[in-house]
Amino acid sequence: MAEAARRQEGAAALLAAHPAPAGEAGWAREAREAARARLLAMGVPAPRDEYWRFTDPAGLIRPSPQDAALLTPDEKPVFGDFDRLQLVFVDGVFSPELSDPPEMTGLVIQRLDEVLATDIHWARDLFGQLESRGQEPVARPFAALNTACAATGVVIRATGPTPKPVSLRYLHRSTSSDALIRHLVRVDPGASLTLMESGPAAARLNLCMEVEIGAGGRLDHVRAQGRDHERQAITHAFVRLGQGSVYKSFTLTMNGRLTRNEQLVELTGPGASAHVAGACVGDGDFHHDDTVLVIHDAPGCESRQVFKKVLRNGATGVFQGKILVRPDAQNTDGYQLSQGLMLDEDSQFLAKPELEIHADDVKCSHGSTVGGVDETALFYLTSRGIARNEAENLLILAFLDEPLAEIADERYAEDLRTRLQRWLARRR
Amino acid sequence: MLEITNLHVELEDGSKPILKGLDLSVPAGSVHAIMGPNGSGKSTLAYVLAGREGYRVTEGSVSLMGQDLLELEPEARAAAGLFLAFQYPVEIPGVSNMVFLRTALNAQRKARGEPEIGAPEFLRLVREKAKALNIDGDMLKRAVNVGFSGGEKKRNEILQMAMLEPRMCILDETDSGLDVDAMRLVAQGVNALRAPDRAFLVITHYQRLLDHIRPDVVHIMVDGRIVKSGGPELALQVEQSGYADILREVA
Repeated sequence: MAEAARRQEGAAALLAAHPAPAGEAGWAREAREAARARLLAMGVPAPRDEYWRFTDPAGLIRPSPQDAALLTPDEKPVFGDFDRLQLVFVDGVFSPELSDPPEMTGLVIQRLDEVLATDIHWARDLFGQLESRGQEPVARPFAALNTACAATGVVIRATGPTPKPVSLRYLHRSTSSDALIRHLVRVDPGASLTLMESGPAAARLNLCMEVEIGAGGRLDHVRAQGRDHERQAITHAFVRLGQGSVYKSFTLTMNGRLTRNEQLVELTGPGASAHVAGACVGDGDFHHDDTVLVIHDAPGCESRQVFKKVLRNGATGVFQGKILVRPDAQNTDGYQLSQGLMLDEDSQFLAKPELEIHADDVKCSHGSTVGGVDETALFYLTSRGIARNEAENLLILAFLDEPLAEIADERYAEDLRTRLQRWLARRR
Repeated sequence: MLEITNLHVELEDGSKPILKGLDLSVPAGSVHAIMGPNGSGKSTLAYVLAGREGYRVTEGSVSLMGQDLLELEPEARAAAGLFLAFQYPVEIPGVSNMVFLRTALNAQRKARGEPEIGAPEFLRLVREKAKALNIDGDMLKRAVNVGFSGGEKKRNEILQMAMLEPRMCILDETDSGLDVDAMRLVAQGVNALRAPDRAFLVITHYQRLLDHIRPDVVHIMVDGRIVKSGGPELALQVEQSGYADILREVA
């Protein structure tokens, strides 16, 4: 069993490269230990694994990351114009000096290391719990690695309506940084929060977030993953929704050698609603993977996945999306869309849309397409005097507008639209 | 204004010649109409003038105000003053009509070395022109032609024409799919644009549009050539007895 041994060796090497933090409470140590054991048992993925068929995990498996050059900032930070509570991480390490005081009405914010050294029952019910549940039906070893080793992050609890967003900004300052970040988010019943994330974080980022949204609660999650070309990232969001709660997530990815965003969303209370959306643009050495599982585990829930990718010069886009409807989840309304826009013949879009339905009264649909820029539309625009490049950019932005429209606050969507416009303008 | 000499055009794959030595001269200030049976090459002529891909010009020349049109990209033809009102206006999801109009107008201005139009002035202009065509604010905000009725699409073409103020306007079967009221609105829009320094080429199957947009000259196009030209009475003759008589006459 050389194969199994190799997987375990890989897991052990990753664990050895990321020593578990010291000084934690007993329950946290237990959660860490359990995650270690999970990771060693499942091992690291191999390219042959069905779940990793489209994305080579090699860059994530090696004990230390490949270097990633730093991008010199040439524009204002994403979301920089909005009133927000900002928390800053530099190469995966929380920076109190660069951060705002973590105080806001309707919100309790603590550092992960503080929380794991004490006994906070709700954090205890979350840390490593959603991740370990999320290891079925497919293994997510890098999330287990995160539970076992991540030393920094924030623990956020929304207890009521929050007046402004919390913005997590990830700065990349070292070409060889290897960051593991872990956040825990709890939205109490009836409470609401907008959580922003922005920036590349590190040469290699492993970010995991566990999110619990109570009955009638709402979380808006908007992230922009930074423009550094050589960075690599694997992120996981494990989200559990209670009755009548709402989760809206949008991710913008521009550049990056490797990005894999896994999301596992469980609708566990009747009438809950989850929208998971993403837009990415990639040029050249760019591999972007959205792997999404939405589980309907209660009646009358609604979910929507909208993912669009623009690819050129040999870039690769991957979508693995699934809607799983459990037997009790009658009156489910599920929707899934994945589309690739190819700007040349060297790029590729690999999609695996799946539906698995065990209830009989459900509405579920999915669509996946891939194509080039519509020549008829292009001619129409140019015939009105719009230069071909500009016309193409207009059509690309129009293509990406559907996921962007999933962002509830139009101001944030507009900020990201201008980033996309600039990205397109730079590629000429 | 527009001079077409001995124009020969075939499909790009070389499979089929479509225009076979077409001559046409449209002076400034005039309205010319082209009528002809299906398959005579009317829409091909419109597309070739606007610069659509898929066709190959094998012989002949086209000039617009002395400029060689055929060597220009579609956007340069537009900036030079050419406008084609499409027979089938294209739907563009995700691009609002307003953004489209403003982008087009400013692109043309930029190409001509003129300053871009400011937002307030643009808004004033578009509201004024839209009102005359019975186009409401909602239609301006919606994505270009998406969910528009046939009549709305054609009125939207005329709105673009009114905003861009081209010198040479080609209308490709703008009357198709229009009811009487919509046709009157469209014709009013066209007539409002008639000017000494502007010319129109109206391609149509039917005489009825020409009741509203009075042409100076009517051409009959058959098998890729103009076979007969005359005054407005020629359109009436077609309406009454079809193309058969004319075909016999020129045979």
